[in-house]
Amino acid sequence: MRIAIIDYGAGNTQSVKYALKRLGCKGILTSDKEIISSSDKVIFPGVGQASSAMKKLKSEGLDLLIPDLKQPVLGICLGMQLMCDFSEEGNTDCLKIFNSKVNKFDNSLKVPQIGWNTIFDLKSSLFDSINDNEYMYLVHSYFVPVIPETIATSSYGITYSTAIKKNNFTGVQFHPEKSGGNGEVLLKNFITN
Amino acid sequence: MLAKRIIPCLDIKDSRTVKGVNFVDVIDAGDPVELSKYYSENGADELVFLDITATKEDRRTFAKLVDQISENINIPFTVGGGIKSLKDVEILLKSGADKVSINSYAVKNPDFINELASNFGSQCIVIAIDAKFINNDWYVYLVGGRIKTDIKLFDWAIEVENRGAGEILFTSMDHDGTKNGFACKALEKLSQKVNIPIIASGGAGKIEHFNEVFKSGNIDAALAASVFHFNEIGLRELKIELNNNNIPIRL
Repeated sequence: MRIAIIDYGAGNTQSVKYALKRLGCKGILTSDKEIISSSDKVIFPGVGQASSAMKKLKSEGLDLLIPDLKQPVLGICLGMQLMCDFSEEGNTDCLKIFNSKVNKFDNSLKVPQIGWNTIFDLKSSLFDSINDNEYMYLVHSYFVPVIPETIATSSYGITYSTAIKKNNFTGVQFHPEKSGGNGEVLLKNFITN
Repeated sequence: MLAKRIIPCLDIKDSRTVKGVNFVDVIDAGDPVELSKYYSENGADELVFLDITATKEDRRTFAKLVDQISENINIPFTVGGGIKSLKDVEILLKSGADKVSINSYAVKNPDFINELASNFGSQCIVIAIDAKFINNDWYVYLVGGRIKTDIKLFDWAIEVENRGAGEILFTSMDHDGTKNGFACKALEKLSQKVNIPIIASGGAGKIEHFNEVFKSGNIDAALAASVFHFNEIGLRELKIELNNNNIPIRL
């Protein structure tokens, strides 16, 4: 099994690579379009800022490649947000895979949200062996609202999408690579399903 | 619901954990990787590593250690100690750290916070503040609490938030090491002044202290070192007790 981890200068890619290694899989950190296109699965990670991340994706031509991928793609955190239409962060046009805006949390909340939050309304085999009300680790200031493609929610002031899925594209707002045992189960589900 | 976080803190010198650690029967507690694995498997929500070595050579070794920690644990961790440049931060984040903690250098060079936030995002910038209560006010101290400044705690906290810090790690020097409880009043006031997460540090001695700090103010996380290292408080026992007291906790 070949898993490409898209390298576009953003985020904590090392942790994703090591999380796959702990599951006995080798993740290839790459921005090479050939390698990404020919991989069995693709992980699109991301910690960082939306507009600078989109700029980097565009400079490598990855903004055109990612929406065309046919194999299972897992977007993590900013990776999930970038798969939407538009982000309020830097008023950025994104990859338009999911028909949704990405909004900023209300100012009455502590922003960023940092820590372990519970997940609900689980609607995908990605969550096999994971129950409602289990904790995942999140760190973010922007969120995807609940949309028809929502497959899990969390609450922080409002209820928002903590995971979304459309065809071969899945996005999770939390960091499975940092979410202890539950995160490992989820990554394993992504690899094996 | 977002859980309150419990964070063991490890001081690292020459790639070893320092400050008496009393786990010798269980694991090699001087080995930061082994100790991190132990904590992450036993309920820690996050870890903080403070590099207390001084030379550049040791700093490179520290980055290697960060990489090993990242390879071995599946929970988030913050690293700090002596960070002075964007390059330092880039190396540590690339090695697998989730957040970096900056203390003295940010006080001397406040613009550094803005630079960090715009380069790496607020979510990975923790500003550590050491302060002491003198003449009816809290004053910020530098260099591990050795040098007093005229900067007041609450003014500085608001400034670091405005400059893009994502989180504040507040240590009360009056409480640190006393084991008499956290600086609940100051923490409560701090949580009213800023709108970013706050980690309470200094003073943890028993389980009730964690209970107190989470009940008294809008505090997001509590950090401690020796009570965990000497196994005076078990992480599991602590978290069960907090949960019984209706504090949202990840069990």
